[in-house]
Amino acid sequence: MKKKARPDLSAACAGIKSPNPFWLASSPPSNSAAQVMRAFEYGWGGVVWKTLGQDPPVVNVTSRYGACDFGGRKVAGFNNIELISDRPLAVNLKEILAVKKRFPDRAVVASLMVPCERKAWHDIVKKVLDAGCDGIELNFGCPHGMTERGMGAAVGQVPQYVKMVTEFVKEKSSVPVLVKLTPNVADIRPPARAAKAGGADGVSLINTINSLMGVDVETLTPKFAVAGKAAHGGYCGPAVKPIALHMVAAIANDPQTRSLPISGIGGISNWSDAVEFMLLGASNVQLCTAVMHHGFRIIEDLNAGLEGWMRRKGFMTLGRFVGRSAPDIVEWKDLDLRHKTVASIDKNKCIGCDVCYAACNDAAHQCIAIDRKGGNRKPHVIESDCVGCNLCSLVCPVDNCIAMKEVPGKEH
Amino acid sequence: MTPSTTKRVWRDNFAELKKPLFREDARVESFRCLYCYDAPCVKACPTRIDIPRFIRQIATDDPLGAGETILEANALGHSCARVCPVEALCEGACVYRDKPVPIGRLQRWATDAVHATGELPFEPGADNGRRVAVVGAGPAGVACAVYLRRLGYAVTLFEKRELPGGLNTFGVAEYKMDSRTSLDELELLFQLGCSLVKGCEIGKDLRADAVLADFDAVFLGIGLARARRLDIPGENLTGVMNALTFIEKVKGRDAKLCGSSKATVVIGGGNTAIDACTHSKRTGARDVTLAYRRGPADMSAYDFEIALAKADGVSLLTNAAPVRVLGKSRVEGVEFAPTKVVAGEVVADAGRRFTLPCDRVIKAIGQETERSIPIQFGVAIDANGAVKVDAKTLRTSKTKVFAGGDAVNGGKEVVNAAADGKRAAWGIHRMLHPGAKPGPRNEYWVSTIEGRAVAPIVNPMGSWS
Ligand SMILES: Cc1cc2nc3c(=O)[nH]c(=O)nc-3n(C[C@H](O)[C@H](O)[C@H](O)COP(=O)(O)O)c2cc1C
Repeated sequence: MKKKARPDLSAACAGIKSPNPFWLASSPPSNSAAQVMRAFEYGWGGVVWKTLGQDPPVVNVTSRYGACDFGGRKVAGFNNIELISDRPLAVNLKEILAVKKRFPDRAVVASLMVPCERKAWHDIVKKVLDAGCDGIELNFGCPHGMTERGMGAAVGQVPQYVKMVTEFVKEKSSVPVLVKLTPNVADIRPPARAAKAGGADGVSLINTINSLMGVDVETLTPKFAVAGKAAHGGYCGPAVKPIALHMVAAIANDPQTRSLPISGIGGISNWSDAVEFMLLGASNVQLCTAVMHHGFRIIEDLNAGLEGWMRRKGFMTLGRFVGRSAPDIVEWKDLDLRHKTVASIDKNKCIGCDVCYAACNDAAHQCIAIDRKGGNRKPHVIESDCVGCNLCSLVCPVDNCIAMKEVPGKEH
Repeated sequence: MTPSTTKRVWRDNFAELKKPLFREDARVESFRCLYCYDAPCVKACPTRIDIPRFIRQIATDDPLGAGETILEANALGHSCARVCPVEALCEGACVYRDKPVPIGRLQRWATDAVHATGELPFEPGADNGRRVAVVGAGPAGVACAVYLRRLGYAVTLFEKRELPGGLNTFGVAEYKMDSRTSLDELELLFQLGCSLVKGCEIGKDLRADAVLADFDAVFLGIGLARARRLDIPGENLTGVMNALTFIEKVKGRDAKLCGSSKATVVIGGGNTAIDACTHSKRTGARDVTLAYRRGPADMSAYDFEIALAKADGVSLLTNAAPVRVLGKSRVEGVEFAPTKVVAGEVVADAGRRFTLPCDRVIKAIGQETERSIPIQFGVAIDANGAVKVDAKTLRTSKTKVFAGGDAVNGGKEVVNAAADGKRAAWGIHRMLHPGAKPGPRNEYWVSTIEGRAVAPIVNPMGSWS
């Protein structure tokens, strides 16, 4: 058998290099040297340290996390009301230094959040540069707690502040600066443009989305409460991926930020999620919830999955596919009205659950019927009525049983 | 055997085969259900429980709602969850062929939740002034009584035995359901207010014509009280017994049974024969042989039951017809003739004989109706003794008498009896209140009698566009 060349997984985001594109996002998994070193032993490419602030460190509440389950599976969405690092700055800096020393080939990025004053930013930038970090990430995204103190999303939601603070940091930083954006805005492009205008080397997104995890219907009190009360938190995990993808693509396609490097974050659970972010323009990716759920070990299947896919596709470097799919994201008005598909049900694969039948008739366009002659329970498509909405194929539990096949469309 | 070893026999050998689901499994399994539109599992259930609906209720954390869905359609849903041959019914029909959704165990999850509250999800109907007698407090009779109470009838159950439940209490394989569970179920159901007259046998303690005179209607749920006989020499020897008598003793945890037989021959090829075999094995019989007149393919026992017997170490002897039970006062063996099945008929080899030594013979060759009861009530029976009924209403040849369950169908599952009881209750109601509509409180279960047809989707506006 001919031995195929191994794809190169090494990544560079805004000039920050790592042996693979998978970084731990700034979050509990990146809280301490002990954790980060273990993650690096497993093979993680880089880390964005849990956000550092000024001393005295913040005090966190208990409880801090919440989750919503779906379809019997745990943690479809994850929520937190945690603040930034609650350890003294000096301890974090010492640990960053130790990590960088032991793992010189990995990316170690310091995430920062201090009040919007030039001096405060200059001071902390100097300290993390001395600790040997490869890059700096500005946390303008944290949507809870810190915002009430005029930091995090309170900055990220005002493009003018984003630009100003980025400038403060760029005045002192000798390493690349990423601006981490909040998704809690009507349009992600203005803050991204502001970051660029302030001199940012790249943006990372998304941070968490404002959220409330629910109410316990037995006790009538908020779920995951702190002494019976709950504050809104930040939502992340698998449920937020489409929101993050949209924002990544919006920045990648915005003429004003088109070549701005992006570190993609939000709901990445596996290698193919990561590939999707990269196809839409992210140079690398960061993960939090998936690690909080399954631990550092997932890096093994992330790397293996990515490598296998690259080999199958013939991509020898990440650069060959980063941003490849972004141009196909367009505005609605640019979609082709002549394009037409109709559903087609593979009778051999169909198990007769009729889920598509109920969905189409009750909730879509009434073009699936069942001919019950001879005890048949398998549905068929009335092609002349089918509008090609996809619903049947989305609800069908059998892979590739309902295909949307292209048919000649008409001019409008 | 010492008392402590016999105790261990019950604990270890008769522990439930299908354990209750863990909460986590109930969650995962309930989410596997596809919520089929015209679900085949529902059609496979004689009581037409809306299975996708109750499973969705479990999935969405409403086990009591699920229990209500079940018990509306099947008053005996709690025991059926344990005793139904789900492999041949709902689960066998699941669109997931390889690994069906464990409907039976999910059903148990829900009815266990109802039982934990100690309250039924429904109440008796407003008293309508009419009285119905139910003869036999087995599954058919109890189901009929429950639905009659919901319609507002005063119901009196007449039961020959000292405990209600019939086969559910006395005849179900112990590792499927113990008597206690059956009795608990009845206790809950009787909260609806049925009067139960125990130890009362028609013809002996009570005359049929008195019942006919006293009540507005009668339901016969008398089951198959008479065991068929082999009619061969030696059948009356000590050590020859009927399968149901034997199983009842095991279920009664009669300590004398343990180790009482070294070699048992069970005669028959149905599910009761299997139960007799496994219960023999599990009470310490070393050699247990199931002897059946026809070929293995003709056995009426379910495949999974046969597999269970084999796993217990039971030997299968097929194409063997018993001709004589051997022994002086006690059983010492059975003499068999090899058989062939020719055009559906069993033909014994005239010349050849062989003997199987044993110390116990258990007959599981079927049960029949106690014909004297339908005769006393003056209702027609067929050649096999089964009570003749109108399929839709379960009314017998006599206007005010209805019947259902084994006495009518010749011996099926508990769930069939439960379905019959429900159907007959509505039949009785429609006889006494011609043209009656169910009303909001009874609408749902009445709709399950014929099965709620999945409406073909039509557009009342004519066209879609
Ligand atoms: C418990 C928790 C704490 C977090 N703390 C920080 C933080 O200190 N700084 C920061 O920039 N982002 C923080 N985040 C956001 C994550 O870095 C990440 O942007 C977000 O969780 C989306 O990624 P995911 O869907 O992979 O979790 C935190 C997230 C969680 C769940």
